[in-house]
Amino acid sequence: MEWKFNDETPIYLQIMEHIKTQIASGELKTNDKLPSVRELALEAGVNPNTMQKALSELEREGLVYSQRTAGRFVADMKNTADDLKESLAVQHMKEYLESMGKIGYPKQKAVELLAEYANKNSF
Amino acid sequence: MSVLVDCSELNKSYGRKQVLTKLNMKVESGRIIGLLGPNGSGKTTLIKILSGVLKKDSGEVSIMGLPIGIETKKIVSYLPERTYFSPSMKVKETLDFFEDFYKDFNRQTAEEMLGRLEISTESKIKELSKGTREKVQLVLVMSREAKLYLLDEPMGGVDPAARDYILRTILSNYNPEASIIISTHLISDVEKVLDEVVFVKNGQIVLQETVDQIRDKHQKSVDGLFREVFAC
Repeated sequence: MEWKFNDETPIYLQIMEHIKTQIASGELKTNDKLPSVRELALEAGVNPNTMQKALSELEREGLVYSQRTAGRFVADMKNTADDLKESLAVQHMKEYLESMGKIGYPKQKAVELLAEYANKNSF
Repeated sequence: MSVLVDCSELNKSYGRKQVLTKLNMKVESGRIIGLLGPNGSGKTTLIKILSGVLKKDSGEVSIMGLPIGIETKKIVSYLPERTYFSPSMKVKETLDFFEDFYKDFNRQTAEEMLGRLEISTESKIKELSKGTREKVQLVLVMSREAKLYLLDEPMGGVDPAARDYILRTILSNYNPEASIIISTHLISDVEKVLDEVVFVKNGQIVLQETVDQIRDKHQKSVDGLFREVFAC
């Protein structure tokens, strides 16, 4: 998955979301080892301190754990991926409804249009 | 983290034109800082004073507690806006030059980086394009194991793909205890590699914050905030 950053939110939050998406999608699995801060920073093209901050926050949230010398790993929690999927989904739905609201569609209409669109188009 | 650069009440003028006015700035070690400001705001002057090529008029300035001089030049690696190598020099000779001048120059690092950029050490400077010359100079400057890197417009003449490469070079080569001060107009390109930004306006620091603070507080990128603060 490519690293892309928007202009509005702090970069460390976007990194966290990126890694959460990787966990939710199964790209990263329980006990997978994460690359070092330096490697990840280079890969994403961001400042190493920013990457460090994002990983520390993920650790604080319990999504990754670190072993003193071995590095950082994806935490072993059965429901992590499902919970993450749900919270990411909520976020996307919220964004959709907000954008639709901005161009004048009330919630109900936005939901109908989405259902209609999903039926017509296969992905 | 310790204070690496400390400027207080720094003044500098060229004749009657005051360029830096009671400028105060502290930079910690282990940071990548963007020095941002419109043309003529004093960025280059500040960098030149820190590198020791210009003298302050008054005020205090120190790097690792040392006054600017021979001792600080040993630990400061400076990339000027313009290239200064003789056009008839070969790239190899510029490496010799740096090896002679600076104890902390790592020739192997420089050769590896030039190799990755596919720049032959046998080429003469005059045979290289403007962008390639800039790359050579940046490679030399980043191959020193310095405590402070001062990069004045490091990407002025290079294409967007090479800019990414240069930023990666900066990230991969930099030692976590050193700091890098980058002056640039290409804010959106450098934003994600920066810890902090310093806005310079009329010879003074008007804002010094981390990139995350700016995005949190203003819901804007640094580029967006810059356009707002310096709107003409």
